Amino acid sequence: MATEFHNLQELRHSASLVTKVFVQRDYSEGTVCRFHNKFPSDLHNRIERTLLEETVKTLNSYYLEAEKIGGQSYLEGCLACATAYIVFLCMETRYEKVLKKISSYIQEQNEKIYAPRGLLLTDPVERGMRVLEISVFEDRGSGSSSPSSSTTSAGSSAR
Amino acid sequence: MKNCEYQQIDPRALSVSPSSVQNHTEKKVQRLRRKWEVFPGKNRFFCDGRIILARQSGILPVTLGLIVVTCGLFFAFDCPFLVTHLTVFIPVIGGVLSLFVVTSLLRTSFTDPGILPRATPDEAADIEKQIDNSGSSTYRPPPRTKEILINQQVVKLKYCFTCKMFRPPRTSHCSLCDNCVERFDHHCPWVGNCVGKRNYRFFYSFIISLSFLTSFIFGCVVTHITLRSQDGKSLIQAIQESPASVVELVICFFSIWSILGLSGFHTYLVASNLTTNEDIKGSWSSKRCTEESGNPYSYNNIMTNCCVTLCGPMPPSLIDRRGFLPLVAASPATETELPPFPVKNDTNMCTKSTKDVLERLVRSLDSRGRCPPGAPKTTPVAVEISAAATPPAERSPPTGCSRQHAGRHTAAAPCPPFARGRERRDSFQSSNPAFRLASPSPSLSRTFILGEAPDVGFIPPP
Repeated sequence: MATEFHNLQELRHSASLVTKVFVQRDYSEGTVCRFHNKFPSDLHNRIERTLLEETVKTLNSYYLEAEKIGGQSYLEGCLACATAYIVFLCMETRYEKVLKKISSYIQEQNEKIYAPRGLLLTDPVERGMRVLEISVFEDRGSGSSSPSSSTTSAGSSAR
Repeated sequence: MKNCEYQQIDPRALSVSPSSVQNHTEKKVQRLRRKWEVFPGKNRFFCDGRIILARQSGILPVTLGLIVVTCGLFFAFDCPFLVTHLTVFIPVIGGVLSLFVVTSLLRTSFTDPGILPRATPDEAADIEKQIDNSGSSTYRPPPRTKEILINQQVVKLKYCFTCKMFRPPRTSHCSLCDNCVERFDHHCPWVGNCVGKRNYRFFYSFIISLSFLTSFIFGCVVTHITLRSQDGKSLIQAIQESPASVVELVICFFSIWSILGLSGFHTYLVASNLTTNEDIKGSWSSKRCTEESGNPYSYNNIMTNCCVTLCGPMPPSLIDRRGFLPLVAASPATETELPPFPVKNDTNMCTKSTKDVLERLVRSLDSRGRCPPGAPKTTPVAVEISAAATPPAERSPPTGCSRQHAGRHTAAAPCPPFARGRERRDSFQSSNPAFRLASPSPSLSRTFILGEAPDVGFIPPP
């Protein structure tokens, strides 16, 4: 069963990476940023399905808010156009503000939910908004045979 | 300009000996490098990564020169006459338009068009695994596509061999810049950059304002010459008094056709939410599609399409140009030290990949004497995770023996773009083991590029 980590620091200093699971983008509604809400099979015994689904749902709603086309975004666009886009140099756009919110949300989720289960979410912005990367750790102190076996099996399957 | 782009490779690094390797790694540690310095695409960076341009920006100075010269001549020779004979607003309007044109042009040229960073080795391996699972894995795989449904319409996503990922919809790989660009419109030589998602609105405002400017100057110059020739002089005399006006007339006359045509074309594209790339390929034309299908991205409303394209939210740049690369550790005992220098030269790349293999062997011989074998697997990951999870903080590597290995996966995590850059020429020669040996992070053997590179320890020296 998954080892318990008490905080993110412990995870970083004493864990060994087993594998990385990627949640891909969902393009069914166009080029809007959304991630698939399918539970990856690799995480079956690591985390409850509902927790991950809730995280992905919240992230999707944040991205929807960032890319929402409505009054405020039009105002921002028209103001920018009128000032020959110089205003973008001075002002933070709504998208950037929402990205900061997402960053702190992911940090909070990592600390509260994922690190205690030996998992770590990487902000999609650091992966070009292509994937939501979930790193799966195993404590190198316990279960030393399983990481190496999963290593070799993952390595051979990657071939 | 070359000085800003990237550092010259230390010639001492080309010889493979433990002492030279040691000097070389120690030298690197002293300076924190920014990510633009190891960017794998063919772009040039100025002002420490704030400004990005395509490598070939040859015609941008011509564009700027033409605009500046025409406006200069206009203000110097035509405006004085027109101010006295007509109104003072003429130079005011001209000035505002010129400023708008130049600003839009510079914004289009210097903005990241929506470049997608290349896939990390882990992602590439994961994609390879999925492709191998679904089909047969041939040595030289055929072009890979993936079909998805967008708004109930089938769209094919192509696999990019350079960037090692399936391109998102509307993304295309620019061969001039060697980058995948989101919502790729075209590569504009006049502007010296690709036109994509992030700078399309600047490009559109540039061509619209330029159309107004050229029409305005053309009109003013014609008025000027007409007014002069009305004062009892002939046309020839009027032209002789103001020869600069003829220059402006010629420039404006020839550019008006192309600029107005281009503006009209792009207005049509904006209204139908299409890109030049899609229009030229006829991706959504009625001839290729059935009656039910069409452009799946269109909102079927001209106003909505225009507003979304031009006034939609401004996405951020996904390539973190000014971010710092995590510190590379100062130890000669690191097994896989991939120096994060962008190697843009073919012969250098060949030299470096062989050299890296030899260096790694040397270091692995050194490292076995120093550190317990278990350490390498844990500590480089720790540094990578700290870099990934909290980028602004925690750059100090873990203590102890791990410090010597701290660079390894950090070399892997931020340097995948570099690895990609090195491997991009070899993407069609992926069978060549010599190049695959140059891959980073052999300790994390599961995360190899293309999933096929073996552990460094087992590679025989070339």
